[in-house]
Parts: sequence; structure tokens; C-alpha cells
Amino acid sequence: MILRLNQSSGIPLYLQLMEQVKHAVETGALRPGDQLPTIRKLAEDLVMNPNTVARAYRELEHEGIIELRHGSGAFVSELGGWKAAWKSNLTRKAQAIVQNAIDKLTASGLTAEEIRRLVENELAAVRDGKKLQGAEHE
Amino acid sequence: MSNLAIEVNGLRKSFKGKAALDGLDLRVPAGSIFGFLGRNGAGKTTTIKVLMGMLRSDVGTARVFGLDAGDPASSVAIRSRIGFVTEGKDLYPYMTVEQIIRFTRPFFPKWRDDLERRYLRMFDLPPNKKVSDLSKGMQSKLMLLLGICHSAELLILDEPTDGLDPAAVEDVLRELVALAAAEGTTIFFSSHQLTEVEQIADHICIINRGKAIVSGVLDDLKARYQRIQVVLPDDMPAGVRWVEGVASVRQDRRTVSILANGNADAIVAQAESIPGATVERFPVGLKEIFLEHVRSEDHALV
Repeated sequence: MILRLNQSSGIPLYLQLMEQVKHAVETGALRPGDQLPTIRKLAEDLVMNPNTVARAYRELEHEGIIELRHGSGAFVSELGGWKAAWKSNLTRKAQAIVQNAIDKLTASGLTAEEIRRLVENELAAVRDGKKLQGAEHE
Repeated sequence: MSNLAIEVNGLRKSFKGKAALDGLDLRVPAGSIFGFLGRNGAGKTTTIKVLMGMLRSDVGTARVFGLDAGDPASSVAIRSRIGFVTEGKDLYPYMTVEQIIRFTRPFFPKWRDDLERRYLRMFDLPPNKKVSDLSKGMQSKLMLLLGICHSAELLILDEPTDGLDPAAVEDVLRELVALAAAEGTTIFFSSHQLTEVEQIADHICIINRGKAIVSGVLDDLKARYQRIQVVLPDDMPAGVRWVEGVASVRQDRRTVSILANGNADAIVAQAESIPGATVERFPVGLKEIFLEHVRSEDHALV
């Protein structure tokens, strides 16, 4: 597993670390039962704060991606592997759909930037739709 | 108080009627790597001098390990548990590297010979060279070695990477991280290198004109601050009343750029409720947080 963080992106480092571990599990770079580096080792390798590494590990454990075994370190859990396999299968299928849509839109003359904005607007609309549904339930 | 390495309340200090510290509050949790940020002259060094017992404050309290830094007796006890690293000018220029290590060692019963050997090798410090013949970077490394090797519970570093080249900066940062991870050492360092603070600090405080203007857990601050960009429809008047959480607003014709300090979801929702508005949100780095606060304070005071 090779990790790379962007310190000045504004995205909290513990979240970046969590995303990268999840990605490593999804791509199979990490498999269930694999051991993650110790907090100290990862902090030194990435030159980052050990408390931040510990926070990412705790959150990953909370989400069921990894297991923290007292005294022996952090391991990718069976559940984490299962979640990742499900997600990566889903992602593969979704990728085909998105690819297809982009091909059609590009053929009709839209630029990449225009497509990106369309997708973002639609995502924002979905988010608002959820908010409205939530309000109805209250 | 038990798990705070440093606790400062309402600290004031003036020099010739000019306030260097103007009611500073500071809480440094034990085991944290704490980045102390500010422009030149913001009060960083004055604060450190008060913590080290080298200056008495006019008003307020400064406690280190729960002990009063202003009291001469407890200041001695404090200093025996602190590693202090500042610019090389405090080193005796006529001594060689080896002499100054031999001179320093007896003051600290818990001196670590293993660390001494390791850092001498790693920093490539020539034992027989005089301090006055060392480059600024080499002097910084020597100070760091002296500060680290006596097993301090708290390291106070005043701009530890000043004058170092990028490779040496990375070496120093890695050693600080390793020290925090292996020994649980609390590290308090002042800097105006925002990138290195972003790299290793878990807590920060931004000081401006002798006051703490932003402080907290760095990742939480990054989650709280967001940039929200709104493009308004043609007929939108300027001067919208925004919901709580807006730290600053800039408007250039139809584009409004908002820095949110918390409550970003509500601000986005408000922006999206404007018919025809396009809303985007972006993460915000430490540099932007720093500049926004320091500049807006300066403008307010002019």
C-alpha cells in the first residue's frame, strides 16, 4: 500500500488517510487479514502526526473496514473486504453507465467542463430532493 | 489541567507602552504537536519567553505542566523538563560541536546517548568544527540535537526549520513526528511556514497582535471552514443577509465568494434557494484561513 497525502488541499488529513485505505482495500492492494502499518511507522513514513493516524484508524474501525487488535496492530476486516468487493463491483457497473453517457454528450458537442457542471448540478438537486423528503417526514 | 502541557490565560505584556501580548489564551494538550502561527511581531517569541521564565508577564497566568512559569522556583523545575530550541545565536561560538554537547550533557540526568549518536550521524554534524564555522542550518540542527537528547517531556521550538533547505526540513519534521510517536513528547513549535505546520501539527493557534484569533484541532478547523462560491442571476441585488457562520463575503458583480466558518450546509442551502443561482463549495487550506483572519483583523484596525 502506497499512500500519498495532500497537506494543503484543505481536506482533513484523517479523512484523506481513511479514503486511501478504503481505496487500497477496494483495489485489492489490501486484502482481508492484511496488516496495516503501525501508527508510529505510518506517521514516520508519511511525516504526519501520529494522533491524526490514530484518529483515521479509529474511524476506519468504527466503519468496520479494519480491526484494531490490542497489542498486535490493525488488520483489514472480513467485513471491510466484503464491503469493498461490493463497492468495487458497483463502481465498475456505474463506470460503464457514466462512460456511455459522456460519450453521447461529447458526441453532441458538449465540453468536459460543461458536462462536469451538469453532473454537479444534478447531484446538488438530488441532495436538495433528499432534504425535502426529510422535511416531509418531520 | 491534568492533560494540558501548557495553559495560558489572559496574558498581557507591554514594552514601552506597546502591547506585545494583549490577553493571550492558549491551551496545549499533552502529547500534541502544536503549531503556533503568526506574522513577524505577532507575539510568538514573547509568549515563548514567558513560558521559559525569561520574561515576566504584566497580567495573566502562564502554566507549564500545571506549574507557574512566572515563579522563579517552579520555572527551574519547568525548564528541567523542557527542551528549548531557538535560533543558533544562543550557542557558544568558540566551542566545537563535541565540546558543546559535553558541556550540555551534565545538566540533564536523563541524557540519551543513543539519540545523540543517531542525530550526530543523521544531521552529519562535524564534531570538531567550531559553532562559529557552522552554517545557519547546521546550527539549527545542533540546537535540535541538544533539545532532543535530554528526554524532555515538552519541546518548545522557535522556528525550528528557519534557514534549512527542503531536505533538511523534511528530516527535522520526520524526527519530530517520530519523537511524538515513540516517546509521547509534546511538541510546541512556532513557525510561519504554513505548509510544515499543516504537515505535522494536530493542533494550531494563530496569534495576531498579541491575541489568539483562531485555535483548535487542525482537521476540525479544515472541516469547519469552507469556501462557497455563488453565481447570482442577473437581476440579483448586492447585500444579501446571510445566515450565521459567514466569516467573510466578497462580491465581484454577479459572483459572490463566501468563507464559511461552520454552518456551511445552511449557507449552501440559503444560496441555492436564490432562484437561478449556481453554487459550488471548495475545501479551504490553512493558508487561506490564516490570510483571511490576519488580513481582516488588520483592515478592521486601520
